Amino acid sequence: MIEIEGITKRYDETTVVDNVSLVIEPRTIAVIVGTSGSGKTTLLRMINRLVEPTSGVIKLDGADNRSVPDYQLRRSIGYAIQGHGLFPHRTVAQNIATVPLLLGWDKDRIKARVDELMTLYQLDPQAYGPRYPHELSGGQQQRVGVARALAAEPNVLLMDEPFGALDPIIRTKAQEDLLAIQKRFGTTIILVTHDMEEAVHMGDKIAVMDAGKVLQYAKPAEILARPANGFVETLVGSSERPFRLLSLGRVRDAVEPGGAEGEAIPGDASQRDALAELLWAGRPALPVKDGDGKLIGRITVEGLVKRARPA
Amino acid sequence: MKAWLPALLRLALLVLLVAFIASPGWFEPLLRPLTENGAPAIYNQGSLLTLTLLHLRTVLVATVAATIVAVALAILVTRPAGAEFLPLSRSLVNIGQSFPPVAVLALAVPAVGFGEKPTLIALFLYGLLPIFENALTALTTLPGNVMEAARGAGMTGWQRLVKVELPLSAPVILGGIRLSVVIGLATATIGSTVAAKTLGEVIIAGLISNNLAFVLQGGLIVAALAVLIYDGLSAIERYAARRMGRETA
Amino acid sequence: MTFRFDKLGIVIAVVVAYAAFAAPFATFRANRIVPGQARSILESLPSALGALLLAIVIVGGIIALLKTPLVLRLAASVIALAALAILIGTAGGFLTPAGNTFARVSPASGFWLLIFAFTLLLADVLTRLNLSPSARVGALVVAALAVGALLVSGSWDSLSILKEYASRADSFWAEGSKHVTLALGSLAAAVVVGLPLGILCHRVEPLRAGVLNVLNIIQTIPSIALFGLLIAPLGWVAAHVPGAAGFGIRGIGTAPAFVALFLYSLLPVVANTVVGLAGVPRAANDAARGMGMTDRQRLFDVEFPLAFPVILTGIRIVLVQNIGLATIAALIGGGGFGVFVFQGVGQTAMDLVLLGAVPTVALAFAAAIILDAVIEMTSTKRRAQPA
Repeated sequence: MIEIEGITKRYDETTVVDNVSLVIEPRTIAVIVGTSGSGKTTLLRMINRLVEPTSGVIKLDGADNRSVPDYQLRRSIGYAIQGHGLFPHRTVAQNIATVPLLLGWDKDRIKARVDELMTLYQLDPQAYGPRYPHELSGGQQQRVGVARALAAEPNVLLMDEPFGALDPIIRTKAQEDLLAIQKRFGTTIILVTHDMEEAVHMGDKIAVMDAGKVLQYAKPAEILARPANGFVETLVGSSERPFRLLSLGRVRDAVEPGGAEGEAIPGDASQRDALAELLWAGRPALPVKDGDGKLIGRITVEGLVKRARPA
Repeated sequence: MKAWLPALLRLALLVLLVAFIASPGWFEPLLRPLTENGAPAIYNQGSLLTLTLLHLRTVLVATVAATIVAVALAILVTRPAGAEFLPLSRSLVNIGQSFPPVAVLALAVPAVGFGEKPTLIALFLYGLLPIFENALTALTTLPGNVMEAARGAGMTGWQRLVKVELPLSAPVILGGIRLSVVIGLATATIGSTVAAKTLGEVIIAGLISNNLAFVLQGGLIVAALAVLIYDGLSAIERYAARRMGRETA
Repeated sequence: MTFRFDKLGIVIAVVVAYAAFAAPFATFRANRIVPGQARSILESLPSALGALLLAIVIVGGIIALLKTPLVLRLAASVIALAALAILIGTAGGFLTPAGNTFARVSPASGFWLLIFAFTLLLADVLTRLNLSPSARVGALVVAALAVGALLVSGSWDSLSILKEYASRADSFWAEGSKHVTLALGSLAAAVVVGLPLGILCHRVEPLRAGVLNVLNIIQTIPSIALFGLLIAPLGWVAAHVPGAAGFGIRGIGTAPAFVALFLYSLLPVVANTVVGLAGVPRAANDAARGMGMTDRQRLFDVEFPLAFPVILTGIRIVLVQNIGLATIAALIGGGGFGVFVFQGVGQTAMDLVLLGAVPTVALAFAAAIILDAVIEMTSTKRRAQPA
């Protein structure tokens, strides 16, 4: 659990982060979203003390994050940034091993962990381990960056626009990978982004920041349905709102009894994708199948349209 | 040009240089036409080998000292504690580089007398500047997200310096050392005007006795040394830069 | 009010304290080559003036030591430097016994350290003031005028370096003008040849590596050797080409020095021209081509103006380098300030060495400041225009 209590950061006369309080539940993803200059990155950097707050306290699992020296604190928290920041003079394997080495793990344990992470990220340890970062593609570099952040098995992972430099296709893949790995390790993730789409997709909870203040901190559906004020509403984007709301729900939750003509849609697809499929197919309804391919009912345009508006 | 041609040329130059220094007598017929009135064609007031080694030793000592001091200073002014000195040190480097090496040499004589000392001082002081400048450039232009990642990974200031900043700066610092060595090799010859034992002795003996063969052999040995050392250091630099994915032009 | 220490100020204060109290201010010698005797500040000056100078440097040191306003630091450094400059002349007169023309008084380590310390303070202030290029040149002109005024007023005449000057005033100016002619003339020749050569190298790719390699190798030949090696071919030209001797081409003297400096100058000029032209943004070049400019128009209207600051940087390197290297010309009878340096070294007369070295350093320093200012002006002017 991460408790941010009344955190303020001032540079001379400018207040960058203004009395922010947030509680982030363990094993969840909290996304901080805001425009540039909203203070979101500064808030993130105060958690691992790359920036020291002017006032306020941040507690990790109940302990003040100032109770250990800053470098020790940072070794226990994963940190991934935009443009990955890989060390160009070290191989991929050495990059991933950075924090375990700092912590003094023994060789075998480090090697095992590096291999595990590389395999998890679909990078063959034999082939890619000895390469240098500049020999990898952008997407591979980004994956190594996240693998490095996760190397020392941190309970908390801080991510600052980690997918910012990726093109849309690789970006979606990277988001899926991260979600899968978060489930597997149960890491608590705090992710900073300016992209509401990414926030809605990734976040268990979203904190919307502007001018140093948190305007709203809630589940994505809540933010979409009941934006706290005009700024949050603009950020959500009124023309995108129904689709974003739909993208939060799974098809299986909108299944109606009965059958329909056409190719079946998998139950774990998003409702948004299902609507797109229906519109493209030009049908009022399509059948739905579960993981084993068994038909479990149908999904209708009419039903989805109802769900596209907040209850 | 074929890839192996430059390497072959350098090897040939090296062989020629070693042969000439070790046994200058073999080359006597080549230099003979440059002399007049039966003057000796090969320097005869000392061994070329000894002078070459002394020349190299002078440059080496001065460069090693200059590297240590320059890099230490550059590290100092790029730490938070020394940041106040950064702008000043930049302007001092700029001013320092406008001091001609000969003037530095000449001004060192009143302070320490004749011989090897003023030469070492001049080489050291003049060698400081390119190394300091390059080290400063390297340490202040490190990629921001890499430094951020190093801090975020929990490296202490010392670990960041040793494990990230210095390795990343190495190619650029090496560039400064290379410049300083080449300037030093040439400046050391001038050291002979203040009685330092270097290859300059051969050249000056030639100038005084109007013996072109002396001037030529002294000059060519220094030039060959400079070319070979310059190339060698460039190769190391390129290797270091390539490992970091920074191709040099 | 709390007192806080300035980090650089601590260094300056330590140097000032050592120089003022432990190091000799001036050296007195019975004639120009015997070893000298050290004299402290109070021994070198009439007691009132000595105390005044001590007071000035101590106050200056304290101002440097504490965190004080820039204006105060500027005033302290300028006043201390001026006092040192004026009073070292007074010390010369004070220490020299009346009517003795053999005795020599020269500034000693304490004086030089004090000058160094307060110059450091001044440099720090000027750096922090972040002067505009024209203001920097202005400051240089003021400093030059002040030194000039002191020289003309004769207040330094009793110092050893000026006694050396007095006994060879005519040759000093003759060698000086030779020095400047050598440095500037070879630079001009290098620009005339190097610019077109650089453009050619930029346009004709295969030529580039070859030309730059040859020029690089020339740079590695030690200057005294290159000067010496040119004696033979130029001697041959003088003897065999009709009219060449009439132009002043001779085996020894100014000609080989000029040619050697010219050869050294080529590399920075050519290399910077190539780098400057290569650095012209592709988009600018494409746009120029797209608008139908000919190669020639593109060169003069787009590439050259954009590459100018880089080329100018090459010219700065050459000028400063040439002013220094021209000193070596003296070894082959080419004249210049090096004549005094090497004569002085030969006679172990350090004042004579200084007579050659000080103007050389001053010239190089002034050239660097002026060209830096010009470079900054040309590149900021360009930056101010929307790209």
